[in-house]
Amino acid sequence: MKFIKARLDYLFSSTKGLVLVAIAMIALTSAIWGMLSGPLAEMGIRDVVINTLGMDMVPAEREGRIIILYHAIAMAVVAIETYLINGLLKIKPLLKTVINGLITVGYIVTMIFGLGFAYFGHNWAFHGMYIAGLTLIFAAGVLLIIALWPWDKDVRQPDKDYARTRSGVDLERVAFFATAVTTVISALFGAIPGSFFGNGFEVFLAENIIRFPEKSTMEYSIIGHLHIMLALIAVMITLIIGRWLNFKGILHKIAMPLMILGTIILNLGVWGVVTPLEPIAHMVIYVGATPSMLAALLLLIWSWRMLIRSGTAKIAKPTLLQKLKALVQDPLKFGPTWQMLFMNFSTSGLGIFMAVKLDEIFRVWPAREERIELTGHWHALSLVIATIILMYYGDISGLKGRVRQVFGWAIIFFSDLALAAITFFEMKRLFVTEAEQQPLVNGLMLAVDTGLALLLLLLATLMVWRLIDLFKKKGRWSEEKEQELDQEVVS
Amino acid sequence: MKRLWLVLLSVSLLLSACSPVDLAAPMPSVVTGIDPNSWAQVPSGDFYYGQYNVVENTSDYEIMVTDVTTSQYADYLNAALLSGTIKIGDGEITGYYPGDTFTGKKHEERIDAGDWLYIPLNDPSQHILYDGTSFSPEEGYEDHPMTMVTWFGARGYCEYFGYRLPTEKEWEKAARGTDTRAYPWGDEIQRSNANFYASRDPFEDMKSFGSRTTPVGFFNGTTYPDGYVTLDSRSPYGLFDMAGNVWQWTADVYPGMHYRMLRGGSKDTYEMDLRIFVRNNATPTYFSPGVGFRCVK
Repeated sequence: MKFIKARLDYLFSSTKGLVLVAIAMIALTSAIWGMLSGPLAEMGIRDVVINTLGMDMVPAEREGRIIILYHAIAMAVVAIETYLINGLLKIKPLLKTVINGLITVGYIVTMIFGLGFAYFGHNWAFHGMYIAGLTLIFAAGVLLIIALWPWDKDVRQPDKDYARTRSGVDLERVAFFATAVTTVISALFGAIPGSFFGNGFEVFLAENIIRFPEKSTMEYSIIGHLHIMLALIAVMITLIIGRWLNFKGILHKIAMPLMILGTIILNLGVWGVVTPLEPIAHMVIYVGATPSMLAALLLLIWSWRMLIRSGTAKIAKPTLLQKLKALVQDPLKFGPTWQMLFMNFSTSGLGIFMAVKLDEIFRVWPAREERIELTGHWHALSLVIATIILMYYGDISGLKGRVRQVFGWAIIFFSDLALAAITFFEMKRLFVTEAEQQPLVNGLMLAVDTGLALLLLLLATLMVWRLIDLFKKKGRWSEEKEQELDQEVVS
Repeated sequence: MKRLWLVLLSVSLLLSACSPVDLAAPMPSVVTGIDPNSWAQVPSGDFYYGQYNVVENTSDYEIMVTDVTTSQYADYLNAALLSGTIKIGDGEITGYYPGDTFTGKKHEERIDAGDWLYIPLNDPSQHILYDGTSFSPEEGYEDHPMTMVTWFGARGYCEYFGYRLPTEKEWEKAARGTDTRAYPWGDEIQRSNANFYASRDPFEDMKSFGSRTTPVGFFNGTTYPDGYVTLDSRSPYGLFDMAGNVWQWTADVYPGMHYRMLRGGSKDTYEMDLRIFVRNNATPTYFSPGVGFRCVK
């Protein structure tokens, strides 16, 4: 009993334990539900999984199932970000405990009962629990806003190396605060139309209605919601990585106001789609996205410079090669910002290209082809975010030496292989006709599937390693139980 | 050395993607026994429309039991060429369309009165051959659905014979009947029900040329001489290929958008797109090896 209690205590009351549980939940979900589509479906494994687990896959309910699946995974990611924020920033202990408790119960209930409802027959009690789970997460978000309140005297920033106001208000904390506030508000843009459509069970996927000129306010709200939530998860992980790496100096002072401004404008633009300002909403979104992405670029520049400086500290006049070597010597610290840079190829660049050439190229293709681009680019962004989280987790797990190198580079290489291939897959119609595409599709899908499969294998290895560790009396878990993330910020 | 082998393996795998596709790969010859000139009667009355089963109704009409075949389209082109209702241009066939009302909505494009593309002639995926005087179907594709045809070309065919394209409602009722089934034959789909992506029918080879169309009415419950077993996948009114094989153009012109709706899924889509209520759309000038049509009267 003591054995179990000690492990549960670690898993559900320490930041590292909570993050591990959430990653394990996502890994398990990805492993099972990943078999329902793509190459495994083509191979017939999908049918085996459905029959073995007794899933109830009514064809007309596919869209509803997918929406619940997205939410189940996204809530675990939001929980991870919340734990990381609570571990990295100065938060009142009581609030920290309550927020972590609420969001943990919230996402686990959402996942278990949401997926239970969607895939295993429609037990309405499960649906109620799913909604209750989401509500708990929302409540945790509101409390996080309170906890992050940046104008309290005891959370002022005394160090002039960081972005702050004259009175000492920590602008990085303001950025966290602004992102948390806008996330909670943006959640309502999904919750309200979700109730509206859910009441009649007329769910839809945004990518399926994108070309229809007349959309209702509720439909616009859904489209805005899914875009902004993912964008805010990306903004939050950028801030988290900045805090972990101890982003500071002049670039920090420029980046934080940009991030605050960008986040607020971006949200105003997205919220604007449900108002009469819809025709100009996209322009506002572009205006807001620019400073946010610029802030991320400043983090990248700063972190790469920091990695080069620390890696060449003992060399009087480092050569370019030595600088490059220093930059990439720690894949777990280099990787997150590299992935942000790579995202510009797989997500942002593609998105901008689509926006510029929409009528000229993409809207000439059938809607189903455009759908591949739409779903592809936000799946790609999700993967980028997931890999960044994994790299940070690799660091806080204490990976060192060769294992750290293999783990870090494997994440970067496998995910970027998949991302690059999927980006070309999305754009394939620019290079090849439908009749002649099969060899190219086969090659690209092989690259995508190989990259994703190896990435999942790596994740599985990590999870098994952590599981084995839990059985050890003095395993890594026993040390992690007492550790907190703010003590491990890069100095 | 190990790294070198890994790199070489990766490069060779990627290079294999560059090999050209043999568009003239041998096509299995089968006789489905389904007459593409036959029509099915759909009675007037209510039916469940769309994913959420909204009750709608139609008047009675007749609809082609199969998609229009390449042979039928070649015959049409020959007749239309003689009567002067089509024009042969620079590697393409065009015909007149009276135009749509333009409302100036965002992304809407003008479809003015004039000659519009029916089919391209020089595209390697085109199975209609033109020898300078007459049209003929490419050998092996005679009873396959006519593809590489624009919405204008599909409409032109139907109009020439006094028919028309089905509206979305007519198409869906013909596919579904009066219950709420997801596929024309019921609520479950198996590989032997229809031609869809990686459905492993004898016309497909995912390692080389990928998916190809199946002859119209192929999935009719027959076990073919090569041993391939099909399930009888006709709709409640006896229509074939209302799920998979080729997307089918429908008639509706909606205000504020120039896109035309496509229904039924195709050889290139996963089974989720074969669900009766799934809507796809494209510009009316779009053509593809995975898009065809059928008519109503």
